[in-house]
Amino acid sequence: MNEIIKISKLNKNYAGKYQALTDVDLSIKSGEIFALLGPNGAGKTTLISIICGLVRITSGIINVDGKNIDDQPREIRQRIGLVPQELTTNMFETVWDTVQFTRGLFGFKKNNDFIENLLKKLSLWDKRKSTLMTLSGGMKRRVMIAKALAHEPDILFLDEPTAGVDVSLRKDMWAQLHELRKSGVTIILTTHYIEEAEEMADRIGVINNGKIVIVEEKEKLIKKLGKKHISFELEKELTSIPERLSNFKLTVKDKTLNYEYDSKNTDVHISKLFDALKTEGITYKDINTKQSSLEEIFVELVKNS
Amino acid sequence: MNFQAIKTIYMFEMIRMFRTIGQSIAAPVISTCLYFIVFGSAIGSSIESIDGVSYGSFIVPGLIMLSVLTQSISNASFGIYFPRFTGTIYEQLSAPISYLEIVIGYVGAAASKSLLLGLLILGTANFFVDVSIQNIPLMAAFLILSCITFSLFGFIIGIWAESFDNLQFIPLLVITPLTFLGGSFYSIKMLPPIWQKISLLNPLVYLISGFRWSFYGNGDVNLRVSFIMTALFLIVSLLIIRWIFKTGYKLKT
Ligand SMILES: Nc1ncnc2c1ncn2[C@@H]1O[C@H](COP(=O)(O)OP(=O)(O)OP(=O)(O)O)[C@@H](O)[C@H]1O
Ligand SMILES: [Mg+2]
Repeated sequence: MNEIIKISKLNKNYAGKYQALTDVDLSIKSGEIFALLGPNGAGKTTLISIICGLVRITSGIINVDGKNIDDQPREIRQRIGLVPQELTTNMFETVWDTVQFTRGLFGFKKNNDFIENLLKKLSLWDKRKSTLMTLSGGMKRRVMIAKALAHEPDILFLDEPTAGVDVSLRKDMWAQLHELRKSGVTIILTTHYIEEAEEMADRIGVINNGKIVIVEEKEKLIKKLGKKHISFELEKELTSIPERLSNFKLTVKDKTLNYEYDSKNTDVHISKLFDALKTEGITYKDINTKQSSLEEIFVELVKNS
Repeated sequence: MNFQAIKTIYMFEMIRMFRTIGQSIAAPVISTCLYFIVFGSAIGSSIESIDGVSYGSFIVPGLIMLSVLTQSISNASFGIYFPRFTGTIYEQLSAPISYLEIVIGYVGAAASKSLLLGLLILGTANFFVDVSIQNIPLMAAFLILSCITFSLFGFIIGIWAESFDNLQFIPLLVITPLTFLGGSFYSIKMLPPIWQKISLLNPLVYLISGFRWSFYGNGDVNLRVSFIMTALFLIVSLLIIRWIFKTGYKLKT
């Protein structure tokens, strides 16, 4: 896949002082779903805002489809949709009007069928005549998404799209984003729900303190950094770990014996462990295995960066 | 040019006015009536005519200017301040539109509204006093130019403002006094010489004088000077706006 967004050596200093982004290099591939993860204040919103033209670049270059965003803003912006993190709405407008407004602003002629379809997909059709102030938070969030899609963009930025959206609607939204991706839209989202990144993303980038920590395909990231975990349900309580087993990273708690190992390692160790348990006469009723989740990987990465 | 975007902003702003069409018409009509009752009839009847124009007729151009200037400013400043306040300005900033197009949309709408307002006051005034317009094209030129210039000025205030109080500040503390002192309700020739000199520092004197000239063929200052000054305001406002967008002043961090 070719890259649709290419960011090189991007720096951002707010008010000439606070450095929010440091030497960010990042490429987004055409048609992928890219999840940007990072703790509060890491620089996610700043990065998105710069690409969308809301915040000025201090230094660095951003190209979209080979065009510099400062040289050809019109062509580029027409193709980009943004759902900002903050719920910013004109309270007195109706859903229908506000979505039409965005479409017009992006230079597109009215297309009532398209907007109708869009609102229906986002379960907003019933609310089209309501003013925004009468909507719930989750509904407003969906209106923001409808606005971002009103001009049929092929690059979509979602800054925490599902914050405050209930579980079932969140799942709906995920399905819709997958559908959008299928139709060729490149999606870049930030989230604090790791589960969301795990569910949605093709690739994941982690940012901390304005620096990109890692960018990797989701599967590879989990494999590369993931730890595996085996726990044995023992028949008899074990008070201490026998001498012979001290080579293995084992912990014991009540009747459970835990073993953790890197998934990168070959499973030689595991069979050795099984042998050792047998010779020690340690018997067990059950075995559980677990792979560390993206969440654990994320916490680890941020801690070490 | 993204004409669709200009139209979208323009219509959005105009619809805002039509939503409150009753107020939009009633307010200026009532206040004009009040001015004529107080100044035109009650006080005006005891004032001699100025340069051969009855006092009631004399104040019409100044009255129109007073409303047009304050309304241009408050409309345009509110128009751009409101999306800044709510945060929806992100849309305008991320849309494929140039700053020129944003300005045309907002300022065009504000100027249209105050133009309609000016005409409405002119019509109302006609019920009370004789209004003759000697040079209609000149009158239209001054009126339109003022609407545009002060809408631009209002736009600047709307970008500069940090609160709704700020929006009120300039119209109330600067424009209204300057219009009153700029010969809306008197000829500055009636002032002592020293105050006549000081009045010439008031930029609105030129605007009002020129506008009155187009009605009655008579003004406080030379017509050409009036026109040049009015055009100068327009240019200064345009330059400030250009600077705002170039530097992203208060719009982009
Ligand atoms: N307009 C601004 N002026 C000055 N500093 C800012 C501004 N906007 C953001 N910052 C600072 O830049 C840093 C990055 O902020 P940013 O909003 O990009 O973080 P984020 O990763 O989106 O965080 P969150 O997960 O909380 O949304 C923060 O330290 C923030 O205080
Ligand atoms: Mg953020």
